[in-house]
Amino acid sequence: MTLDVKQAAPPPSGRKAALSEPGRGSSSKRRFNGRTALTLLAFLAPAAVFVGIFTYYPMTAGSQMAFRNWNLNDLSDTSWVGFGNFRSLFDAPEFGTIVRNTVVWVVGSLVPQVVIGFAVALFLKRRFRMRGAYQAMIFFPWAVSGFLIGMLFRWMFNAEFGVVNDLLMKAGLISSPIPWLSDPGFAMTAIIIANIWYGVTFFAIMILAALQSVSDEMYEAAALDGAGKVRTFFSITLPSISTTLALTILLRVIWIFNFPDIIFAMTGGGPADQTHIITTYMIKITQEGDYGKASALGLIVMVTLMLFAAFYLMAVRFRKADR
Amino acid sequence: MINSPTLIGRVSKIVFLGLCLIVTVFPLYWIVVTSLKEPGAIYSLPLDYWPKQLSLDNYIGLFTKSDFGQYMLNSLVVALVASSVATLISLLSAYVLARFQFSGRGAVLGAFLITQMIPGFIALGPLYLMMTDFGLVDSKTGLILIYIAICIPFCTIMLRGFFENVPDALEEAAMIDGCSRLSALFRVIVPVMLPGIAASFVFNFVNCWNELFLSVTLMNSDSNKTIPTALAGFISSFNIDWGSMSAAAVLTVVPTLVIFAFASKFIVQGLTAGSVKG
Repeated sequence: MTLDVKQAAPPPSGRKAALSEPGRGSSSKRRFNGRTALTLLAFLAPAAVFVGIFTYYPMTAGSQMAFRNWNLNDLSDTSWVGFGNFRSLFDAPEFGTIVRNTVVWVVGSLVPQVVIGFAVALFLKRRFRMRGAYQAMIFFPWAVSGFLIGMLFRWMFNAEFGVVNDLLMKAGLISSPIPWLSDPGFAMTAIIIANIWYGVTFFAIMILAALQSVSDEMYEAAALDGAGKVRTFFSITLPSISTTLALTILLRVIWIFNFPDIIFAMTGGGPADQTHIITTYMIKITQEGDYGKASALGLIVMVTLMLFAAFYLMAVRFRKADR
Repeated sequence: MINSPTLIGRVSKIVFLGLCLIVTVFPLYWIVVTSLKEPGAIYSLPLDYWPKQLSLDNYIGLFTKSDFGQYMLNSLVVALVASSVATLISLLSAYVLARFQFSGRGAVLGAFLITQMIPGFIALGPLYLMMTDFGLVDSKTGLILIYIAICIPFCTIMLRGFFENVPDALEEAAMIDGCSRLSALFRVIVPVMLPGIAASFVFNFVNCWNELFLSVTLMNSDSNKTIPTALAGFISSFNIDWGSMSAAAVLTVVPTLVIFAFASKFIVQGLTAGSVKG
């Protein structure tokens, strides 16, 4: 024990000495720990430095702008204004619409993604020929950037030369072309369809992985008890994967909330601000030069999403407690 | 499931999965068809579902009227360097976070997770000012440094999941044999984890290849612009040139598509092993 204490307190240069005589490490556990700690610190340092300088510093600097008058068009007065930026955001007549749009965007994209993704996962659960190839092919949307997805759908939803109108008319579902992106109601539908297209795969893959971890014995037991397919689904399948499902949904909510790219490319928030969600509105304000207000909006997003994160981490704890 | 498949079940499965596949792949098909039409034929009715006259005019125009070749090269360099460095750095941090219990471990993970919740635009202004101070505006090095920082958190979380599938005993044995921790990591664990590392690298690469807003903000000169800035250029003009747009889109998507096709299996593993465990 005394030996340990002696060895545990090397002079500052002792780190080098310790490194040069690794053979003695096993007999002095405590010094070994100290040395390991230094190694671990060195391993973590590059990541911490990069994320600190290029993410956390600008984020913090950006956050304080939220409480200042900070407009690129007039930087002569950058005084502190307290919650002034927040107040002028809340007072803006379009703010209600934007919040409502954000909710519609998140829920309207999420629910079909979950339902369709779940169905795909259920169908993919049983092994079949080409299943691997199929999985690789439905992965395609993930290779495309959000902006490009927006552009693809903008072209397909084009009122005059768009393929969507053409197909709908050929099928006899509509008699005249729909002005998808210039009509507020249709524009919201169009951007949500694009987002659903992008997100189904994610759910399919996560849910499939969860389904595959449910043991066959559970299903065998259910079958022995004479449970039908529907009964089995609700009393075995769903409860077994509920935590994974909950986590995936929360993670996805954060991403969708924070995902202006598709809307930015398809409508730019138009027509007449009717498809703006909080993050596209933030882009608009940033482009107008009002960094103070944009940062205030960013803080609102961050706080909202951190509430979701709290749920996320809580759910993880519950899951671990289950095991 | 135990129930033997009925005919109806089998048919509905084929119909449903087939429909999903068609809907998923159709946008790609459509953009390819559009890009191969003669520029004038794109705006003619009725729509052709296959070009009447195959033409490479849109592609030729892209390379002769703009510096698209240069943009592609820039994107390749930036994405390749940034994703390689980010993967290497994340490998080290993921190792620490996966293998060791220490106070502050939760805080580090939390700090990484929070970066996923911040709308990038909050940092854009200060980042631009900082890069001006460093003299790194309109510089590939500057963009690479920022991309590395952006890739690290998610890549770390993903790689951490892969580490948990590799038994501790492996590196312990190597260290007893006299390997240092670093060489144990690279000689023993990395080879076993290669699929996971490849998947993380691909994920980073695709993210950097596709990144739009930072690139648009920081890169001004044609010799430094990346592909997404060129794509964004098509939208800012009053009329969108859908011919060039679709050709550019195809050239942007095809490389990532090819890589994804090879790596999708590992990416699936990485997502399901890493990000959901929390």
